[in-house]
Amino acid sequence: MDNNFKRELIIDNCRNPFHKKSMNEDDFIKANTHNESCIDNIDLYVKLKDGIIEDAYFDGEACAITTSATSIMLKNIIGKTPEEARTLMNEYYKMLNEENYDSSKLGEFNVYQDISKQPNRKKCAILPFQTLEKTFKIYESENK
Amino acid sequence: MNREDFLMYKNNPNLIYLDNGATTFKPKCVIDAILEYYTKYTANSHRGDYDISLKVDELYEDTREVVRKFINAKSSKEIIFTKGTTDSLNIIVFSFMRYYLQKDDEVLITKAEHASNVLPWFELEKEIGIKVKFIPLNENHEVTLDNIKKVVTPRTKVISLAYVTNVIGDIRPIKEISNYAHQNNILVCIDGAQSVPHMKTDVIDDDIDFLAFSGHKMLGPTGIGVLYAKLKYLELFKPLLYGGGMNSRFESTKEIEYKELPLRLEAGTSNIEGVLGLRSAILYLEKIGITKIHEYEQELRAYLIKGLKEIPNITVYNEFSKSGIVVFNINDIFAEDTSRFLNHYHICVRAGNHCTKMVKEEIGVKNTCRVSLYLYNTKEELDKLIEVLKDNKKIFDVIL
Ligand SMILES: Cc1ncc(COP(=O)(O)O)c(C=O)c1O
Repeated sequence: MDNNFKRELIIDNCRNPFHKKSMNEDDFIKANTHNESCIDNIDLYVKLKDGIIEDAYFDGEACAITTSATSIMLKNIIGKTPEEARTLMNEYYKMLNEENYDSSKLGEFNVYQDISKQPNRKKCAILPFQTLEKTFKIYESENK
Repeated sequence: MNREDFLMYKNNPNLIYLDNGATTFKPKCVIDAILEYYTKYTANSHRGDYDISLKVDELYEDTREVVRKFINAKSSKEIIFTKGTTDSLNIIVFSFMRYYLQKDDEVLITKAEHASNVLPWFELEKEIGIKVKFIPLNENHEVTLDNIKKVVTPRTKVISLAYVTNVIGDIRPIKEISNYAHQNNILVCIDGAQSVPHMKTDVIDDDIDFLAFSGHKMLGPTGIGVLYAKLKYLELFKPLLYGGGMNSRFESTKEIEYKELPLRLEAGTSNIEGVLGLRSAILYLEKIGITKIHEYEQELRAYLIKGLKEIPNITVYNEFSKSGIVVFNINDIFAEDTSRFLNHYHICVRAGNHCTKMVKEEIGVKNTCRVSLYLYNTKEELDKLIEVLKDNKKIFDVIL
């Protein structure tokens, strides 16, 4: 991916984020970023039913990387199982950690391919999945 | 002013450091004072009977006198060395207020206070059932005596405020407040972290009962700070630490006698390098003149505000404050993205909520960029900042 294209995609996901709205409804599990970051403040709302992520939204204030990565994540996980989302996450983390990874599986996430060079931004890029994992933990503890 | 005294500039000639509210650079004399302690007269204090130890004692106790003069306290016994503002405020709350206050007594703070002047009170509320209440701020987010009067009740026992807040940067009318407070038997506790380094402090003229401040925000080392309290209150402080240095006698029969103030509240080997570094920092500030520093910061601030106001998509949140703090955002840009953009040009500003998480309820924005000035900053540096901010259209080209 060329740098201009990457930048445009990130900006587009910031300016026109996917599913950005609060969903304070009972069938949505809510988790916030603030344990991991004291400045990025994103609420994630995830509706899990019969082991499938039926729907998901986010809201809040965060930097360009966190906001765009959350938008891209939501585009890619709806309709999937938590296991499938984790598989995607693992592939994504491999890229961020400069390990061998399969870029064909990562779609728009490929925009973050150079983030590993900026350690302080890596934490912004993983914040959405860390928060998603919190919602899975809540779901799993409620559905044991 | 005096930039040549700061080795940070020698080693980082292009650095524009505008985060003095977080911590400050150290002049060479402070670093030398610490070096001398470790190379010429390393010894413990209040112990030895030999020359180098006596030399340390002399400088250590002279620092108390230097601090006393600097804040115009009555007696050097009223000066206790601590780790910093946070430590001092916690000692005030848990060594004194915990015993002085009773269930349902009220403590007034504001939503613009730093976490260190909030959380100890919240904990004490949980522990002994005091009530922490908020003084409403006016439309410029400032404390006024009228607003204080609105929330004072017969149960109000303490008003605890930053002299200068670290986000809005307003200078509170402390003299007026303490005058009113004392007429109503209310104690006045002041967080001086952002005021003592930048303006003349006079605990007698302002009639302050308790004051906390940090060395590292006033050109001194980290890990050293000061707790000031009027002697009649300090006498009542129950030490939080017991051990060496604070006792004069103890027997197996459990008969114990503690030392007089101030040593009773300084158990254990002190941060001696910190004390000696603080001494040098204060002497340095006094040589330049704290009022002169304050005026210079005012001049820089006015210059910066004027420049920022010429940039159409920048919002300044505290145009009228009188300290060296300016908070702003580029419209529709997250503060941390702005600070990363500036970092690209070696400009250091702080983005975030600045440890005052409740202030968002006041100014309506959660995160801001903060410029906090000090004596070594220059108009040329601010020109560079303004030039970069003017060109903010390219922020994403730079940070992404
Ligand atoms: C207003 C205010 N109070 C308290 C503190 C805490 O100071 P320290 O971290 O030195 O204890 C700060 C520093 O950030 C501050 O700005």
